[in-house]
Amino acid sequence: MPFSTLSELKSRLDAGETTAVEIARIYLDRIAEFNEELNAFVDIDPAHVLEQAQASDAYRASHEARPLEGLPIAIKDIFCTQDGPTQCCSNILKDYHAPYDAHVITRLKEAGAVLVGKTNMDEFAMGSSTETSAFGICRNPWDTDRIPGGSSGGSAAAVAAALAPAALGTDTGGSIRQPASVCGITGLKPTYGRVSRRGIIAFASSLDQAGPMTRTVKDAAMITAAISGHDAMDSTSVPNVPTVDWLAACDQTDMKGLRIGKPKEYFVDGMDSGVRTAIDTALSQCEALGAEIIDISLPHTDAAVAAYYVIAPSEASANLSRYDAVRFGHRCENPEDLLDMYTRSRDEGFGAEVKRRILTGTFALSSGYYDAYYIKAQQVRTLIRQDFINAFEQVDVIATPTSPVTAFRLGEKTDDPLTMYLSDIFTIALNLAGLPGISQPCGFSDGLPVGLQWMAPAWREDLILGAASAYENATDWVKEPAKFGGKA
Amino acid sequence: MDIDVKKVAMLSRIRLTDEEAAELGPQLSNIIGYVEQLAEVDTTGVEPIAHPHDIAMPQRADIVTNVNRRDALQAPAPKTESGLYVVPKVIE
Repeated sequence: MPFSTLSELKSRLDAGETTAVEIARIYLDRIAEFNEELNAFVDIDPAHVLEQAQASDAYRASHEARPLEGLPIAIKDIFCTQDGPTQCCSNILKDYHAPYDAHVITRLKEAGAVLVGKTNMDEFAMGSSTETSAFGICRNPWDTDRIPGGSSGGSAAAVAAALAPAALGTDTGGSIRQPASVCGITGLKPTYGRVSRRGIIAFASSLDQAGPMTRTVKDAAMITAAISGHDAMDSTSVPNVPTVDWLAACDQTDMKGLRIGKPKEYFVDGMDSGVRTAIDTALSQCEALGAEIIDISLPHTDAAVAAYYVIAPSEASANLSRYDAVRFGHRCENPEDLLDMYTRSRDEGFGAEVKRRILTGTFALSSGYYDAYYIKAQQVRTLIRQDFINAFEQVDVIATPTSPVTAFRLGEKTDDPLTMYLSDIFTIALNLAGLPGISQPCGFSDGLPVGLQWMAPAWREDLILGAASAYENATDWVKEPAKFGGKA
Repeated sequence: MDIDVKKVAMLSRIRLTDEEAAELGPQLSNIIGYVEQLAEVDTTGVEPIAHPHDIAMPQRADIVTNVNRRDALQAPAPKTESGLYVVPKVIE
């Protein structure tokens, strides 16, 4: 049962074959057995998980079940929850307890979900390997000498190893899709503004978006249905947007008439040959399902990483100024004066990668450099967005590899920050354009999972859910879970 | 590019030890060196965007929606007294 999908667990609950408490115990047992090795969870309170499961069973006994009734969902440590600590895997927020729930947490509770723990992540979501976490590295269940991706690496590892059937992540430059790809699971980044950011600890406010990490496309749709929708308390949550029939979109079994764009900039030298083979094979299968593959160009792709590493750090340097050791967070011992308190608390509390990003952003925003870096990057962002608008006049969706490589070894890229930044090369442009994207398993390269990324125009998650569902239905990749802790 | 990392760190209100500055300085120069490729992109006449969607941010009606939760909101603070945040003396 632990490797079941959310949909399967829901069917068994609805049929009365199991209970939320029984399901919760299965995953709590696996967490107790395997988390020490993986470090996918940085906080877990079994008693609280069981309380929620009991409450769900009681609710079901006297009411009609809610959409996620009794289903366990692991939560990235970036989401504020009133219960338990919210630390963003940073020493500056060590032992922080949020005074309110993030909007998406409220929505999951209202849908009847059982929230499980807090999952490991790169500190403040800044990283691609979960190695910048202040609470220890996390391991990939497919090969425990390798990274689980990042920044939502703990969520990806938890789902891949069946320590939870699903998890919530956030994606600023690929932080849902890239870990999903290297851990062999499915991850959806909704359109920017689809899901409220209130109560999600901010990294880069114009890029951050929350989304599900699951075994299947339909499971991702189930969670997105619950967490999406306008929130009057988040002014970047967009009202009156086109709605999606989330579950119906997943009924698609063919690709007849679907025009798939294949951007030449995403099939470059230097990508792993096994990744290329897996993607080419996947696209041939799409053709067999009735799709037309059309060669396209997104000409400003090469500049996306550079634009991102100006824009995201600039927004981060502003957002992280709130860690002032006054209202919350770490304060140094015996500060001499106010300035000493600010500067020493922040030096002690932030890790090296967070400091690098704050400094990069502060530099890009500083007097004399603002136009050459920040404004220039925003102009390039316009061009990247226009590339997609032009492409979607010719095609319905775009398909690419999620990452040019499979999971790399722990420590392999920690010495050179720039090399690490380039691992996001295929995911970043989508965030700059604010578009929806999904990564799903599409095969293996030397025994490690490869991810297929689908992109769609704004608010058209239905197109990528439909295409990904048809592909999933025609292949067996989701039926091959990580050989970790045995299958059941 | 040669960057005065200690100056940037002070603007960021982060004290860097000498060892940290020695390590972060060259890394920062490398990162800035990489993003300088943006200069090669022709952006003549291109409007900068700060946000992916071409829409105005909505405004809420001007009504009070929050209740007084001072104690809960101050609970995570390192030091408070009588509902005030306590910091080192600012004025001599």
